[in-house]
Amino acid sequence: MTGRVEGKVAFVTGAARGQGRSHAVRLAEEGADIIAVDLCGPVPGLQYSHATEEDLQETVRQVEALDRRIVARKADVRDRAAMKAAIDEGIAELGHLDIVVGNAGICILAPWDEVTPEVWDETISTNLTGIWNTVQLTAPHLIEAGGGSIILTSSAAGLKGLPFLTPYVASKFGVTGLTKAFAHELAKHNIRVNSLHPTGVDTPMGEMAGEYPRLLAGNERLAGMLTNSLPIDVTEPRDQSNAVLFLASDESRYITAMAMTVDAGNTQY
Amino acid sequence: MGRVDGKVAFITGAARGQGRSHAMRLAEEGADIIAIDICEPVPSNNIPPATEEDLAETVRQVEALDRRIVATKADVRDFDALKAAVDAGVAELGRLDIVAANAGIAGMPAQAVDLPEDHWSTMIDINLSGVWRTAKATIPHLKAAGGGSIIITSSDAGLFAYPNLSHYVSAKHGLVGLMRTLALELAGDRIRVNSVHPTTVATEMVLNDTIYRLFRPDLENPTREDFASAAIAMNALPIPWVEPVDISNAVLWLASDESRYVTGVPLPVDAGAAVK
Repeated sequence: MTGRVEGKVAFVTGAARGQGRSHAVRLAEEGADIIAVDLCGPVPGLQYSHATEEDLQETVRQVEALDRRIVARKADVRDRAAMKAAIDEGIAELGHLDIVVGNAGICILAPWDEVTPEVWDETISTNLTGIWNTVQLTAPHLIEAGGGSIILTSSAAGLKGLPFLTPYVASKFGVTGLTKAFAHELAKHNIRVNSLHPTGVDTPMGEMAGEYPRLLAGNERLAGMLTNSLPIDVTEPRDQSNAVLFLASDESRYITAMAMTVDAGNTQY
Repeated sequence: MGRVDGKVAFITGAARGQGRSHAMRLAEEGADIIAIDICEPVPSNNIPPATEEDLAETVRQVEALDRRIVATKADVRDFDALKAAVDAGVAELGRLDIVAANAGIAGMPAQAVDLPEDHWSTMIDINLSGVWRTAKATIPHLKAAGGGSIIITSSDAGLFAYPNLSHYVSAKHGLVGLMRTLALELAGDRIRVNSVHPTTVATEMVLNDTIYRLFRPDLENPTREDFASAAIAMNALPIPWVEPVDISNAVLWLASDESRYVTGVPLPVDAGAAVK
């Protein structure tokens, strides 16, 4: 049986672990080759462990175990030269580019008055400017391929002002807007651009959930904002990847500029 | 392994167009089908009615895929007939997991001020109340199955307005409210509720002279090609319309467990028209 993205090549940022690895593996299961990047290093102020080069190697191993090809590079989405080199090397080896998954992001929890300028800059530059870099540097290759699909990972916090996340919410709302703006400019090239809005996902980023009791103790009424409508606490990375796969495949060939929630109803609640 | 293997789907308006396409696509991926269609004329509609032969053709196509189908002539305005068809289908096929509330009409265009009252009532009765009746008749079976997925066919006209279609636009907007309410009411039972919002789809409901005239009032006898140039201007992607299978692929994704944590979503399959 033919895979749902057979013969396509996908670029995935933040691919060393978590949702990024899951996207790479799910797309590879359905026939895509992968170009993967990850920072693989520390981020100041992070409340969870950072990805490593070993993590990225594990993604490589898992994709290759599916008999798909992968070009993986250590690169920071804020570093345009490193990103461009990774993209160019990947396409030189794999031939073309059809799918872009802008997934790399960081999240630092803090009440509004404890956010430092460093945390603000770090979050905006990685989560928002990093996405802009990703799209601007890959879109020319999609145009060359005659079209493609770009999926940008925003968040439930890109539709709803979740508490203790001011820089994150700002960055993710930015991604929601950027998605729609790019969708229109790129539509004439048959390039679709959609955003993905997860609720909580069971990944290393979730290690910081232990911060919530302290934060909510100072503002208890906000706890309800974090509740999912479906009776679950977190989704699995694969749930997000199944949405990425659908948006990446030709099954969704006329879906563009949309905000796809995979949020157990969180943003509706 | 099919993406909805072993599931049973109920589809309204299944005699032709998008409804038949949904039945086929879900059957291709392993589902058995319970299908209904009015199969007779609807007052104030703009196209020839679906027929019993059309519904029989849907049956033939599903059976050609080695899936089972229980098809009944029933009107979504008649709750008792709708419920009887659902109950009989579930009795035969064993369960219900997926509901595609697809039945609808386009109606005759007119400015709101000139719209005959019976045109308004018929539109609301079919396109809005018909979906509520579909939900009411099927929810007990989804609960009995331990969860499920309801997919409501709204429209881009459920996200923004078109002039001269106030009855259609109102019904399709109303479906978004119904979808969101059902999503909250049914989440505890693990029943997901989402809507799909097509742009122009290449079916008889849209590709006909009434619609050509509505969108090309500047021409005396507009053709399909004349309509295409107006239709392409409404979309962001450079295409005039999408095919029924494009809507069915979205329905399939929302019906399958791949979207098990997606609920309350208005999903446009609209080539970007809604945000243009």
